[in-house]
Amino acid sequence: MKRFAALIDRLIYTRSRNSKLALIADYLEHTPDPDRGWAIAALTESLDFPAVKSAMVRALLATRVDEELFRLSRHFVGDTAETAALLWPEPFHPSPSGEGLGVGSIGLAQGRWIPPAATREQSSQVSLPSPEGEGEMSVAQAVDALSAATRATAPEILASLLDRLDADGRYALLKLALGGMRVGVSARLAKQAFAQAFDVPVDDVEELWHAIPPPYAPLFAWGEGRAERPDLADVAFFRPFMLAHPLEEESIDLTDYAAEWKWDGIRVQIVHGGGETRIYSRGGEEISGAFPELVAAFDQDAVIDGELLVRGEAQGGEAASFNALQQRLGRKTVSKKMLADYPAFVRVYDLLAVDGNDLRPLPWTERRRQLEAFVPRLADSHFDLSQVIDAKDFDDLANRRAGARDAAIEGVMLKRRDAPYVAGRRAGLWYKWKRDPLTADCVMMYAQRGNGRRASFYSDYTFGCWSDDGELLPVGKAYSGFTDEELKWLDKFVRDNTLNRFGPVREVEKSLVLEVAFDSIHASKRHKSGLAMRFPRISRIRRDKPAEEADRIATLLAMVT
Amino acid sequence: MAKPKSWLEPHPHGLYVKPADLWIDPSRPVERAAVTHGHADHARSGHGAVFATPETLAIMALRYGVDVEASHNQAFGYGDGFERGGVRFSFFPAGHVLGSAQILMEYAGERIVITGDYKRRPDPTCVAFEFVPCDIFITEATFGLPVFRHPPTSDEIAKLIGAVRAEPDRCVLVGAYALGKAQRVIAELRAAGWDAPIYIHGAMEKMCALYAAHGVDLGELRLVSETDKADMAGQIVVAPPSALNDRWSRRLPDPVTAMASGWMRVRQRARQRMVELPLVISDHADWDELTTTIAEVNPKETWITHGSEDGLLRWCELHQRKARALHLVGRDLEEEA
Repeated sequence: MKRFAALIDRLIYTRSRNSKLALIADYLEHTPDPDRGWAIAALTESLDFPAVKSAMVRALLATRVDEELFRLSRHFVGDTAETAALLWPEPFHPSPSGEGLGVGSIGLAQGRWIPPAATREQSSQVSLPSPEGEGEMSVAQAVDALSAATRATAPEILASLLDRLDADGRYALLKLALGGMRVGVSARLAKQAFAQAFDVPVDDVEELWHAIPPPYAPLFAWGEGRAERPDLADVAFFRPFMLAHPLEEESIDLTDYAAEWKWDGIRVQIVHGGGETRIYSRGGEEISGAFPELVAAFDQDAVIDGELLVRGEAQGGEAASFNALQQRLGRKTVSKKMLADYPAFVRVYDLLAVDGNDLRPLPWTERRRQLEAFVPRLADSHFDLSQVIDAKDFDDLANRRAGARDAAIEGVMLKRRDAPYVAGRRAGLWYKWKRDPLTADCVMMYAQRGNGRRASFYSDYTFGCWSDDGELLPVGKAYSGFTDEELKWLDKFVRDNTLNRFGPVREVEKSLVLEVAFDSIHASKRHKSGLAMRFPRISRIRRDKPAEEADRIATLLAMVT
Repeated sequence: MAKPKSWLEPHPHGLYVKPADLWIDPSRPVERAAVTHGHADHARSGHGAVFATPETLAIMALRYGVDVEASHNQAFGYGDGFERGGVRFSFFPAGHVLGSAQILMEYAGERIVITGDYKRRPDPTCVAFEFVPCDIFITEATFGLPVFRHPPTSDEIAKLIGAVRAEPDRCVLVGAYALGKAQRVIAELRAAGWDAPIYIHGAMEKMCALYAAHGVDLGELRLVSETDKADMAGQIVVAPPSALNDRWSRRLPDPVTAMASGWMRVRQRARQRMVELPLVISDHADWDELTTTIAEVNPKETWITHGSEDGLLRWCELHQRKARALHLVGRDLEEEA
């Protein structure tokens, strides 16, 4: 547990992605099975102990610590697991090393609440792997004990584990048990760390990851060259997505490339195998729980690639904007009302496997033929076919792209007709050709410091446009699009034109016009202006333009899709 | 025996000692002030006469331009004191920063001690806290919640040295309050055997010199502004917390940002400050020191000046001790804790 605790401690304070990767890779390389597997599962929030929940931890704490002091502490710390880790009474007290405290002895008895003898006796009855001899609790021991817990035994089990750990260890244990690590480690990052640690292709890791349950022993055995690549027959595993490059060529021959609309939803893969259906997002994270209606509706032995969208009433039953879809994202469970208000469906554009056959080696043309034959096998209430754009030539395509006003269209996809389905971004096979961004001239209102390398720069800008009453209302926030030189200039502008400071935020003189590019703009109740931009970024600094001549809210309203 | 309330009045901006017509640590200018130590939330400029330890007066002279030589300002060593309006004032070490004092007041058979800010752990830069029996104990409560337990300082210093050695191409930039914390971190590093020059922010130069002049050995200090970037790789730099993410830090070689403060005990606090290496080093008593000190002093009544009053009040209640919070204003020098 010490190593795991040290790892999450380092991750909390590490902001750079590469440093996080290096830390995790090092941990995986130098930690034995099954601890490393459990640890990585905990980091990626893949563990769940139904018997251990926040309310139970709070109740347990109340047996050792005064409730009022817990409440005050929790309020200050802001996190139940961390508060509990810090407050849990130390099981014994070695004299503070080298820290004589002047007068008398500063024992902790005054500051803590000795548990009633009964509690202690109970906890000693819970059978745990004995720490004797090895001394330290392993992650696996903790996982085993928590997995065996029922609602009745969980408090005793957790208490006896906490009693054996120091504050950092208790924090790690409680985070492992309750989830909510907040260390900024996605499943994608974990897989990359694995690939880096064992020098194996990340695509293979992606594919194997979801097929093998924690603690992933066969995966590590394969990574270390001790075993063959695990066999994935009959498992609903994730296939890494084929990705597209932005189109930079002037023109493309449509005899070589097929064109489809690029939909503004989220890319998903739906897999049916081994008797179950799973939905994976772009990063290979499973999101089945958020879309139970799709899981239920997908009953064919197949793997599809498509865009998850929400049907919008305003669009007459067609796909709604990304804004509507956002209501459904990031949920572990979903209410009936959400299901009714934001019905989800998948617009299918590729077929990766069907009836036990892997179609990925086949050219797009052949996969498309099979896809068109396959889609009618799915319920049309939840699945439809993404149409191929029947353009005469590239100019015709360009015209259609420019004319597309559908809220859910983000641009055009170009797919090489003879290309197989290959993982990742390969040159020349798939292109994305987004609609030209919209732009608006906005006025900088607030600036905030960035993170990591940009911590000393004011690099996040909130900007606004003019209301009819001549008031400047915020319409968005952007932190990209400028060069390093421009960033230095912007930083200096913020420092030289500060009106007010609110913690890390500075309000600036409303004098600088920023040309902001964005993919689309939507109505939003969250902002006073009633607008929210998608992918806003700074496209130009308009030092030449007076602030009064920046755009008006009314102009932006006209762009709403 | 006079009722203490009748001769010592808590006001939002300080404690007023009525018979002596004197304020303790007032947060606005007054005619006569006794000052426990030099931090800005206790020592202010503009008082008529100041009564303090010689070190505190020297610090006030440096920071606020208080005229040490003026006859109305009086310096008293530890154990020493003065009498005014029938009240006997004496200064005792508080172990907080150089010159920090508890003030004992005796009047009409009653003894009241005000701790100012204090800690119980050893600190190479100041005299250790001295236990003073009293009837009313007026304590701080900066870390008056049981989540605050400062680990041994030597462990934190070892962590700091370990971080510098782990990445010799970078430097470690330690955010430490310019009065007290900075000098303590430096002195602790020296005690741990770190004898390389330590690089400091210009804002700390004079205070470090003042400490050195009072016999605190800080070893060789160099100014960041007078050093080439490359020469600071693998070295330790100490700066005020406000400089950590400021433009100033761009002159350092890829700094690892550290911060020495009791608040670093709480992870999200450290994260908010964008700290990569939190060092739990504080000049304030932690929860155990606060509660144990109250138990040892065993006063009839405990008054709590500032910090997490609610936590310490609750502890007093649980231990059947009479206590009250004074709600003093302006005691919020978060950076310094």
